[in-house]
Amino acid sequence: MGSNFRRIGKLASISSKNQSWSRGFSSTVERSDQLSPSKSVNLFSAINQALHIALDSDPRSYVFGEDVGFGGVFRCTTGLADRFGKQRVFNTPLCEQGIVGFAIGLAAMDNRAIAEIQFADYIFPAFDQIVNEAAKFRYRSGNQFNCGGLTIRAPYGAVGHGGHYHSQSPESFFCHVPGIKVVIPRSPQQAKGLLLSSIRDPNPVVFFEPKLLYRMAVEEVPEDDYMLPLSEAEVLREGTDITLVGWGAQLSIMEQACVEAAKEGISCELIDLKTLIPWDKETVEASVKKTGRLLVSHEAPVTGGFGAEISASIAERCFTRLEAPVARVCGLDTPFPLVFEPFYLPTKNKILDAIKSSVNY
Amino acid sequence: MALSTSRRAINQFIKPLSSSVYATRRLTSDSTATITVETSLPFTAHNIDPPSRSITTSPNELMTFFSDMAEMRRMEIAADSLYKAKLIRGFCHLYDGQEAVAVGMESAITRKDCIITAYRDHCIFLGRGGTLLESFAELMGRKEGCSRGKGGSMHFYKKEGGFYGGHGIVGAQVPLGIGLAFAQKYSKEEYVTFAMYGDGAANQGQLFEALNMAALWDLPAILVCENNHYGMGTAEWRAAKSPAYYKRGDYVPGLKVDGMDVFAVKQACKFAKEHALKNGPIILEMDTYRYHGHSMSDPGSTYRTRDEISGVRQERDPIERIRKLILAHDIATEKELKDIEKEKRKIVDEAIAKAKESPMPDPSELFTNVYVKGFGVEACGADRKEVRATLP
Ligand SMILES: Cc1ncc(C[n+]2csc(CCOP(=O)(O)OP(=O)(O)O)c2C)c(N)n1
Ligand SMILES: [Mg+2]
Repeated sequence: MGSNFRRIGKLASISSKNQSWSRGFSSTVERSDQLSPSKSVNLFSAINQALHIALDSDPRSYVFGEDVGFGGVFRCTTGLADRFGKQRVFNTPLCEQGIVGFAIGLAAMDNRAIAEIQFADYIFPAFDQIVNEAAKFRYRSGNQFNCGGLTIRAPYGAVGHGGHYHSQSPESFFCHVPGIKVVIPRSPQQAKGLLLSSIRDPNPVVFFEPKLLYRMAVEEVPEDDYMLPLSEAEVLREGTDITLVGWGAQLSIMEQACVEAAKEGISCELIDLKTLIPWDKETVEASVKKTGRLLVSHEAPVTGGFGAEISASIAERCFTRLEAPVARVCGLDTPFPLVFEPFYLPTKNKILDAIKSSVNY
Repeated sequence: MALSTSRRAINQFIKPLSSSVYATRRLTSDSTATITVETSLPFTAHNIDPPSRSITTSPNELMTFFSDMAEMRRMEIAADSLYKAKLIRGFCHLYDGQEAVAVGMESAITRKDCIITAYRDHCIFLGRGGTLLESFAELMGRKEGCSRGKGGSMHFYKKEGGFYGGHGIVGAQVPLGIGLAFAQKYSKEEYVTFAMYGDGAANQGQLFEALNMAALWDLPAILVCENNHYGMGTAEWRAAKSPAYYKRGDYVPGLKVDGMDVFAVKQACKFAKEHALKNGPIILEMDTYRYHGHSMSDPGSTYRTRDEISGVRQERDPIERIRKLILAHDIATEKELKDIEKEKRKIVDEAIAKAKESPMPDPSELFTNVYVKGFGVEACGADRKEVRATLP
């Protein structure tokens, strides 16, 4: 292993706050140095690029999980084993608890352990390792040990016909655990920058990838090494009447609702939270203080979803400024259904209805 | 990037059919007369004396085996087409190639014995007395499905048949099976549970936890490892330090069984049931093969060679084995067997047509069975006030 510490990514700042919304839900990455070449790629390729860079820029980084040596079910790890060798990119047996426990140990020896859980639905056998081992290692050892180099990647969310065990959005379970970070990107460009930040962040991170967008979302992604800041939300669309907060694949649905609402004269501000814990309360608070209304939307069931936390915090911070109760448009309180997926999901029309009733409250 | 092919020789999967298929007597008409057959291969045993290779059967049983396996095969082929026509959604895992395990196991036990398995569950369900209509309706998410259209391919169940399903999380069903076995033992009924899992699942920690509990409490549990040699694209040797799954129980005895030979499966299951009732758990490793890819999104040809697949089809196919036996004993003619297969095709098509007529479940079913009826939650509309319903 040659030393390969060059090209450590620079933190890129995002400039879309003052930018008019064009189409899709992309954002612009502005870099302090000159523009690097970029290519139009989909989300799984952007993840793949980030993993290439992570392995290339740090010889102490490893990628492993079920079938990742072959490229993984979603092709995110294609070519990595060929390029970096089977010592650093390898298949594990089918044993999620073992995979994550192993990753924590690896990370505890100052390595970057990038573990893949094939679907977020299968992260639960590893739940104990994440909650009791990874999250508390630093705290309970009085900072002697940590597994900050740990990043767990897992595809999450609905895909149209995934059924009970290929569709779930389990992010809120992990948001209840101080000591880990939870990050969810909305687009290819975001995915690459946020994943690199997550891998290099000195805390364990659970990184959920919207699998619906792996192939569907395509945008210009800079080819070089860049990072996007964690715990910084982004205003994707400015508005004055109501604030909408979401993350991941749900943002494109919310964006469509914003467009529809605009036709009826309602001006929506749309925020991508990106990091769920620790989350950027200030950006959301500032927005709600301006608009006086808040709507949160996610695919996970409404009860105990992360939307509940956002609602409560904003109610505490903005009580006197709120002109309507906080609205939550989320998945229903049922298991993720097979044939009834369209009923279950927080669709554009449900969001639009909620926007209107909030504005007319 | 193609998955590289197993470095094991193809031959590993292909063992001769002919040597073991012999008859002691020739029979023609008497459907209950006894025929003695020998299993294709000897059993390999771990910590136990293996059962005899020699088994008595009858023309009746041979015909039933043929007919049952032909029906399963046809059902899976039809499910493949329905999936491609987008009439089946969700994830769908087919069983063709492994039929002898379902049929042989069923023939050795009763419906009071329990079976619990993973997501490759269609044929086990049929074996437990499920119907083609219930299967296809479930696959297509219709009301008449065995789980009322709410489960789909991975979640078939049949309570009256002692079939506890149909589980999506790899390995999770095995400890459940141990719980079933405890309940059986506690009620002092002489029944057992067959907890099935794959070679991939064999590496999950839960399996070892289950095994220890079962052995500790002498439970009538039979752990059936359906070793089809791949867990998705991963060949067994890539994932397991010891792919001798029948030995993995260490203190728990095990048998390695030719899972492509319905008689070997039957003999092993009968033996295992007797053992489990007296002495507690045992592992049966069924050496089998899936012809289809892992699920419908896997063509099944990137991590193994076409020669390997066609080699197994030619040398070890469970249906062909029985066909040869039937012909060798003059129990039926080749034409009669073809006619049975044609008939299966017909009843499968009829079941599909009927399943298609079955309506989708009522939208209110989205909310039922989350909790016991009457203990339901409330669903709210977007305004959280006007549209509010207490769920059934
Ligand atoms: C806990 C968990 N991890 C991963 C998966 C995804 N997955 C489904 S089936 C499978 C392979 C299982 O192989 P095996 O146990 O050999 O059974 P087979 O499919 O061959 O019948 C994997 C990795 C899952 N369903 N559950
Ligand atoms: Mg297998």
